[in-house]
Amino acid sequence: MPEIKMDIYIIGVGGQGIGLLSEVIIRAADYAGFPVRGTDTHGLAQRGGTVSSCVRIGSHAHSALIRTGCADMVIALEKNEALRGLNSHLRDGGTLIYYDTQWQPLLVRLKKECLLKSEDISSECQCRNILEYQIAPTKLSNPKMQNIALLASIAKHNKILGITPLHYELALNDLLEGNKLENNLSLFRSLIAAL
Amino acid sequence: MKRLGDFLISPHGSTEIVMGNTAIVRGMIESGVRVVTSYPGSPTPEIAAAITAISKDKNPLYFEFSTNEKVATEVAFGASINGHLSTVFFKSVGLNVAADTFVQLGHMEVIGGMVIVIGDDPGANSSQNEQDNRHYARLAYVPMLEPSTPTEAYTMFKKAAQLSIERYMPVILRMTTHVCHAKEKVTFSSWTPLPLNHSSRFNVDNGPYIPLTTKLVLPLKRRALEKLAQFAADADTSSLNTVINNNNPLYGIITMGAPFQSLQDVLEETALKPDILKLGIIHPLPKQLVADFLRQHKEVKIVEELDDFIEQQVKALAYDMDISTKIIGKQDYEDWLNEYTPEKVSTILQKTWPHLLADKKPRIPLFHWSPRPAQLCPGCGHRSAFHAIKQALDPNDITVADIGCHTLGIMEPYNMGQVLLCMGHSSGTAAGLSLFNNSRKVVAFLGDSTFFHAGLPGIINAVFNHHNFTLILLDNGTTAMTGHQSHPGVGYNVNGPTEKITIRRVLDGIGITNIREIDAYAQAQLTEAVKAALTEKGFKVIIAKHPCMLKAMRERNAAGKPLPPSVEITTDCNQNYTCVSAFACPTFQHNDDGSIIVHKDLCIGDGSCKQTCPTKAILHKRPKKEDNS
Ligand code: SF4
Ligand code: SF4
Repeated sequence: MPEIKMDIYIIGVGGQGIGLLSEVIIRAADYAGFPVRGTDTHGLAQRGGTVSSCVRIGSHAHSALIRTGCADMVIALEKNEALRGLNSHLRDGGTLIYYDTQWQPLLVRLKKECLLKSEDISSECQCRNILEYQIAPTKLSNPKMQNIALLASIAKHNKILGITPLHYELALNDLLEGNKLENNLSLFRSLIAAL
Repeated sequence: MKRLGDFLISPHGSTEIVMGNTAIVRGMIESGVRVVTSYPGSPTPEIAAAITAISKDKNPLYFEFSTNEKVATEVAFGASINGHLSTVFFKSVGLNVAADTFVQLGHMEVIGGMVIVIGDDPGANSSQNEQDNRHYARLAYVPMLEPSTPTEAYTMFKKAAQLSIERYMPVILRMTTHVCHAKEKVTFSSWTPLPLNHSSRFNVDNGPYIPLTTKLVLPLKRRALEKLAQFAADADTSSLNTVINNNNPLYGIITMGAPFQSLQDVLEETALKPDILKLGIIHPLPKQLVADFLRQHKEVKIVEELDDFIEQQVKALAYDMDISTKIIGKQDYEDWLNEYTPEKVSTILQKTWPHLLADKKPRIPLFHWSPRPAQLCPGCGHRSAFHAIKQALDPNDITVADIGCHTLGIMEPYNMGQVLLCMGHSSGTAAGLSLFNNSRKVVAFLGDSTFFHAGLPGIINAVFNHHNFTLILLDNGTTAMTGHQSHPGVGYNVNGPTEKITIRRVLDGIGITNIREIDAYAQAQLTEAVKAALTEKGFKVIIAKHPCMLKAMRERNAAGKPLPPSVEITTDCNQNYTCVSAFACPTFQHNDDGSIIVHKDLCIGDGSCKQTCPTKAILHKRPKKEDNS
């Protein structure tokens, strides 16, 4: 079996489909033959709070949780969460992939804090030698499929070495059925072809 | 699609990626469990999700959500003394509700076997405290096992069931949040279904089952202690405890559960690895095993999450057995707090043996990031209710929160709810607050599921003892916070339709006459109702009702029905920001130019915001023949 050590921290807002994204990566890693473990954080976060999930690929991982500052990759479904994940979990020299949408946090909506700018994220990434991928919002018919847009970009750019688009598709097949499967698969394939 | 319900009852062995909660259910099926009961609470609800994923006609488990944890424990107990292997599961603080029943179990011969699965919540991820339920095992003379991974959750459940059946004693399986939710590949054994034994095996000769008066209670307690002592003796050689020998005569660590996994992560970084005694049996302590481990090391550190439960016993044991090993337990209050994540364990080891690990300097962040607490969903009826109630209250009035989604009303900008203890406390606490208090009105909140769970005694007390406060029942027609489970008021249980026990009928039956029922979206009416109630004497109830919109939208989605269009902001907007700052549906967000955006990914188009805009600038184009529920 090939050696791999990849800790992926996934972060977003409750309701954005973090659970599916993380489960797809876990299963895809398993299809690729890697040992894998992970966990979601639930709590009260389901109600529009921050939700995160850890995916740990490789035999180095014992705890399901990734240590702060030790993730090799952070995948964020939203801009403010990207900054949060970048600071809490991403190691220097790691990779940040985020979907460039903004769900304003409470204090921003209450005008107690300022809006976050994409440049803030980029300058921090530059400072810390982090590879930054910003997935620009496409006209998705269903915002619930932004997670698939991220997945397609990870697959297309081969961001997790050893996991191929086929592995992701097998994972999707495990988890979804009917129309939902068809829609997600066709989006996944078309984005890979187009990106 | 891989169906959870299929592999859980497959007669063949398999390997599946599952979370700890799911793995337990396969353990139940292989062990021959027949009766499972629960009250929903994080981190355990996925156990119920897995059980109910099995098709009804093939499910070997009878399952119910009981009205609360105490009742759930009693149903499982009753089934067990009638010969059926049973399981009850609930969250950490659920054991407090169940405690009156639970503490008796160790005295009883549970002839069918009974496993109690507890989801403890170190770090209080989704609970009002992070209590350490290991103390309850000691209090009630009940053995406790603790897994550290989903695989162990599965194997230890089976072991707990087997031990319970053999010894007629209840056994606790203590899970914690990140064992419940951890996912990994688990290898399941094959399973041969056994025919259901319909005979009623309850027999008083298996008892006695009546613990009354000294004459009867003391022998029962003696038997419980004897059983526990036997369990402890067997624990010394049990494969549930493991020693990891790294040939280190200097340092040893005693640990268990999730902290064991964290510890292994941390020790990946060092060549100088201490030996490890990993306890799978948390209570009673395997004394000989611990003593041997102590004797083999100069210093032994105890890495245990939350309280010093093992530490106290190990120190007492060392004293009794004259062992001079240096035992290092908790070193400061921080060690008592929060989850033992890998970084926490790393910090603890650095304090204990500074030379063992490299010091990691925390990074100073360049930019501030905004916290994102949980909040009421877009369109939630509770938001409308709180917005309306707030208009009726004097800032000096006292509001009492309770547990449920409506607890989120304590957040800005609503600030509805200033004190919170536990499920169903609000009426009792409000009654106390209203005594010798003529200057400040007292308003208590309560949800519909909690009404049935633990709310009723406080309500009846308010009537019985003539208390003077207003109770607002926020009725969303489900147990929303834990994932939309049913409750007695909704007209169905996990097994099918039931007669609705409506809150209104119960309140009428109690003899409460001052009751108002209003749709939570009817904000003006609700404000008026609260204002009126506050001027009246005695105990007043307002039912502010609106179905949970998250549940409604999911059902709509599942049925393939499109969502109503989102609202729009018209040119009448004068940027007074009531929608975003006071009503604060998360859909409303700021634009750089000062205008308001309606976030299309969030808006569910229910229109409950429309009435809040002073300049009527929120436009809601409702499609024809559209209802808003
Ligand atoms: S789940 Fe339902 S009740 Fe809870 S906040 Fe969301 S809409 Fe409101
Ligand atoms: S219509 Fe949209 S903006 Fe208005 S309350 Fe409902 S979800 Fe919020």
